[in-house]
Amino acid sequence: MSNILIIAEHAGGNVKKYSFELVSKAAELAGKTGGEVHAIIFGEGIKNAADLGKYGAKKVTVVENPALKFYSAGGYAKVIADLVNTTKPTIILGSASPVGKDLLPKVAAKLKVGFTQDCVELDIVDGKLKVKRPVFAGKALIDFTYEGSPHVATARPNSFPIKETGGTAQVEKIAGDPGTIKAIVKELKEVEKGETDVAEADIVVSGGRAMGNAEGFKVIYDLAHSIPGAAVGASRAAVDAGYISHDHQVGQTGKVVNPKLYIAAGISGAIQHLAGMRTSKVIVAINKDPEAPIFTKADFGIVGDLFKIVPILTEKLKKALKE
Amino acid sequence: MLKNVFSLFGLQVYKSAGQQVVDKCRHADMKTCRPEDKKEREHNMKIGVLLKQVPDTETKIKLKGDNSGIEEGDIKWVINPYDEYAVEEALKLKEKVAGAEVVIVTAGPPRAVDSMRQALAMGADRGIRIETEGSHLDVYSTALVLSKVIEEEKFDIVFAGKQAVDDDCAATVQYVSELSGMPHVSPIETFEISADFKKATVNRPVAGGTKEVTEVTLPCILGCEKGLNNPRYASLPGIMKAKSKPIADKKAVDLAGGEGAKVKMGAWSLPPERAAGKKVEGEPEDVAEQLVKYLREEAKVF
Repeated sequence: MSNILIIAEHAGGNVKKYSFELVSKAAELAGKTGGEVHAIIFGEGIKNAADLGKYGAKKVTVVENPALKFYSAGGYAKVIADLVNTTKPTIILGSASPVGKDLLPKVAAKLKVGFTQDCVELDIVDGKLKVKRPVFAGKALIDFTYEGSPHVATARPNSFPIKETGGTAQVEKIAGDPGTIKAIVKELKEVEKGETDVAEADIVVSGGRAMGNAEGFKVIYDLAHSIPGAAVGASRAAVDAGYISHDHQVGQTGKVVNPKLYIAAGISGAIQHLAGMRTSKVIVAINKDPEAPIFTKADFGIVGDLFKIVPILTEKLKKALKE
Repeated sequence: MLKNVFSLFGLQVYKSAGQQVVDKCRHADMKTCRPEDKKEREHNMKIGVLLKQVPDTETKIKLKGDNSGIEEGDIKWVINPYDEYAVEEALKLKEKVAGAEVVIVTAGPPRAVDSMRQALAMGADRGIRIETEGSHLDVYSTALVLSKVIEEEKFDIVFAGKQAVDDDCAATVQYVSELSGMPHVSPIETFEISADFKKATVNRPVAGGTKEVTEVTLPCILGCEKGLNNPRYASLPGIMKAKSKPIADKKAVDLAGGEGAKVKMGAWSLPPERAAGKKVEGEPEDVAEQLVKYLREEAKVF
């Protein structure tokens, strides 16, 4: 028995898309290890936890505990480690999300085993997990294998397709024992309500130094808001100039994104920015300077004034999306 | 009394330095210490900073012929950008607490001393370098040797970058927290310490602009995010003084106690190069129309 445990996540009671990607990939790996996929998810009022079964999970453990109303790395890791100690999975996977990136290394440390972050390839070789993960924000990649067991890793969102297997999962609820929590979330503060996160979005529209000021970003927000699921990104130059918060920064000192479509407006394309968005499926660049390095990576480049082009593009896309 | 418990390998160390907390804040009812209350408290606070030297983010990565790593010849080495925020936050805290000490801890080869000296020039008091040559280090074994030093130093608080921009692993803070028996929060965008130095309140960004306002008990380790502060430049006198500040040497092999890496690094590769596609120029109306057509019909995004 070589079972795989995945850490699923939800927002507002709905299981995250990247958790379905993860369970789909885990099911494929379990086919090679000859084991089953078991999922664990934290929170109350999760509407579709059983749906993880459709993509390959045989069992879903829902942790409902008032002490874990908010995320707690220490509390979650303790509950997961307790489950691991009884169910003995050989592989533990999470998503490289704000929760997964923090939680999975904590779990691995608790189990005193190895860990790899933000993997873009996961495979089973000789019964063991083999991964490929980007370093230097994607300027290079490294293959890793593990010593000891279980093998713990996070997978980059948008890297693996969602595949239905048509199965069903047995759902069990537990309270778990989070132990003493020494880092307690007191409240959630919503600084920007309703904005999609760049790291999770299918479509990212980014602005650079050419936006000129915070007001200049309005055309970028208008375009992003006209496309469902789109997020606003920014270059380091725009963030450092104070036009927009660091939450939006794409690049080596910001977030690495992997969307279906990346639109870079007024971004010249510094190496550290290109590193953060190079795996986007389609890249569109709009820039006044025909020599801007961003054009060497763009599938579709427009040389021109973004302040004239972007608003027209917004109107045309709105119309196209209605059709 | 500030109790400082390290439970690494079952060993419990109780620290006495914290017993001398003297709170001299003017406003007794004040919950937090603001910068204007500078140096009005006395506390033998020991602040640790985990610092890594990394290639500058503008570096073009070239692989060695056998794909076992990168060519280091032309690289400009710098303090990991996120660790600069850690140094700055430690120095800001030191300014508030008379008698506080900032110690830079680095696991790295001899060249890393240059980056450590930069942090000393910014105002840190001393350094500890863990020689890594001859050791195969992954995040587990690196965190293990760092926690050994943290255990020896009995830090009240440790600041680190949320991740290093070379390996991008973003896991050292979490491993060190577990191996040293301290809570962690990472990444953090704000930091405030309570008047009795027992707790800190930090904001951790999560998805889509939401922040988790978190209260963490000291001793703890915090992973610093961009936006936390603006790292200072070293002054000329600071640079002169840094030359004579002590940097102690330790060896990873001695600290690791026979333990090694838990993951094995295989081949390095470069991502496929993207070829430039179409480039158009013209009236905004026309080019926007061409783009929409391209996205719908060729790229099939919509």
